[in-house]
Amino acid sequence: MAYKIVASQCTNCSACEAECPNEAISEKGGTFVIEPAKCTECIGHYETAQCVAVCPVDKTCILDAAYPRYQPA
Amino acid sequence: MESPAHQEAVTSEGVDMEAIMQQVAEHKGCGTTGDSGKSSCGSSAGESDLPPEIWEKVKNHPCYSEEAHHHFARMHVAVAPACNIQCNYCNRKYDCANESRPGVVSERLTPEQAAKKVVAVAATIPQMTVLGIAGPGDPLANPAKTFKTFELIAQTAPDIKLCLSTNGLALPEHVETIARYNVDHVTITINMIDPEIGAKIYPWIFYNHKRIEGVEAARILSEHQLRGLEMLTERGILCKVNSVMIPGVNDAHLIEVNKAVKARGAFLHNIMPLISAPEHGTVYGLTGQRGPSAQELKALQDACEGGANMMRHCRQCRADAVGLLGEDRSAEFTTEKIMDMEVNYDLEQRKAYQDAVELERVAKVEAKKEELQGLSGEDSDIKVLAAVATKGNGLINEHFGHAKEFQIYELSAAGSKFVGHRRVDLYCQGGFGDDTALETVIRAINDCHAVFVAKIGGCPKADLTKAGIEPVDEFAHEFIEKSAISWFKTYLQKVKSGEVAHFPRGDAEIRQGALISEGERKVCDGV
Repeated sequence: MAYKIVASQCTNCSACEAECPNEAISEKGGTFVIEPAKCTECIGHYETAQCVAVCPVDKTCILDAAYPRYQPA
Repeated sequence: MESPAHQEAVTSEGVDMEAIMQQVAEHKGCGTTGDSGKSSCGSSAGESDLPPEIWEKVKNHPCYSEEAHHHFARMHVAVAPACNIQCNYCNRKYDCANESRPGVVSERLTPEQAAKKVVAVAATIPQMTVLGIAGPGDPLANPAKTFKTFELIAQTAPDIKLCLSTNGLALPEHVETIARYNVDHVTITINMIDPEIGAKIYPWIFYNHKRIEGVEAARILSEHQLRGLEMLTERGILCKVNSVMIPGVNDAHLIEVNKAVKARGAFLHNIMPLISAPEHGTVYGLTGQRGPSAQELKALQDACEGGANMMRHCRQCRADAVGLLGEDRSAEFTTEKIMDMEVNYDLEQRKAYQDAVELERVAKVEAKKEELQGLSGEDSDIKVLAAVATKGNGLINEHFGHAKEFQIYELSAAGSKFVGHRRVDLYCQGGFGDDTALETVIRAINDCHAVFVAKIGGCPKADLTKAGIEPVDEFAHEFIEKSAISWFKTYLQKVKSGEVAHFPRGDAEIRQGALISEGERKVCDGV
């Protein structure tokens, strides 16, 4: 599963963009979005998902059930 | 180590005045030994209170010199949206009430847009001498954007002083860069030096790629804040410390903070009232944590006076504010308008204007001195507060009904002292319900014996008099302090002759909500 950003909750603060180790996050149409194909849930990089850890609004960066969990190669 | 009495004081429900006064007793006297080299007991950090090299650096800085804030303007550019800590008085989803973050309606700027904005504003407002980056997040959590902005401004507007305001977490790693970019002043928000207290203010920090919570988070934050402060003052960069006064959480503790930051070279300490209302959606707003009353705030500020110079003119303005403190002209300078502006940045013209301001300042100081001499024979221990309606320049030049805020002066046989300000403009939310505008004003200046105005209508005049506040319009367009001292002399004579009886006044309310611009107020009203 990749992470996704709940657009209605996002404050557009950009904190997640700088922390993402995969450069999967960018601003699109006034809010930030995660490119699912690039998201590794931070597995292999950090103990916890960086976007979740830095986001100032709880439950804004969440796992996207539309995708299977990320499997490291 | 905290004394048990102190622990009790900070965990009690309200402000423990007894604890504060006890600490005051232990802490009295003028600090003459600190690192900042302060040479006397100054409250408003005037020329006589500061070493010449510091005075030279701050005399035209509205956020650092009470006296300068009547004459010089500042602007903030909102280039730094990301933050690395969470504070219980801040809600990024809506707005930050205390650190005055721009809300969802304000625009974020790129460094290039910010630089253009600064030049446009400086060309239009020649008294604009200071550019600050204060958020809406933390400038040092957005180092690339923050320093790029400074670099561009230094190229196009070299006479403008640069400052930044930070929570301090990332400060130690950026001190060298701050020095390299010639940043004149840094403000650090320090609300505690005791991590146990910090855990009640900061739910978490983001540090070393981890979210850290509780006492450990506060310990790391505090360590970085104090180390960063030391590193900056060692390099000769002026540091101001901001503290939010949270009754029952850190109120009595701020006296310890005051000592700690003074010892590390902070030259100014600014204790601000907590702004807290449920509609802000902050943790404190939702849990009903109250802010201090005007009397509680003043008592704490008075208690800290022997430490670092106290600052009392802070307007807790927004991270995108433009203009003199207490006004906000940001709506005149939206990105759209700036991009269409033809800008002629004339250094000579700016200098000429600022020189003229300098002459006006000297005249004001002379006028005060002259009037003070007449007060020298008085031995009365009567102290009163007076509210003043002013648009700036140190003059009584605002109509009572137009005033968005009143400046508060304490008058005694020792002269006049600026001790704060009270906002009375209506905020889009969290106002005083069905109160009339006049009732709001009376509550805000209820601790004052008089209010000085350029003009006032018959009705409010009668209502103020009934409420025990004397409306004074005979000093219209004259210097504030000279007029206030003159009025006070007459007041003392009347008390002496028995013409009036002197009674102490009650407490006053501190208005909730950060300063917002006219344009935004309209947006809010429409919601």
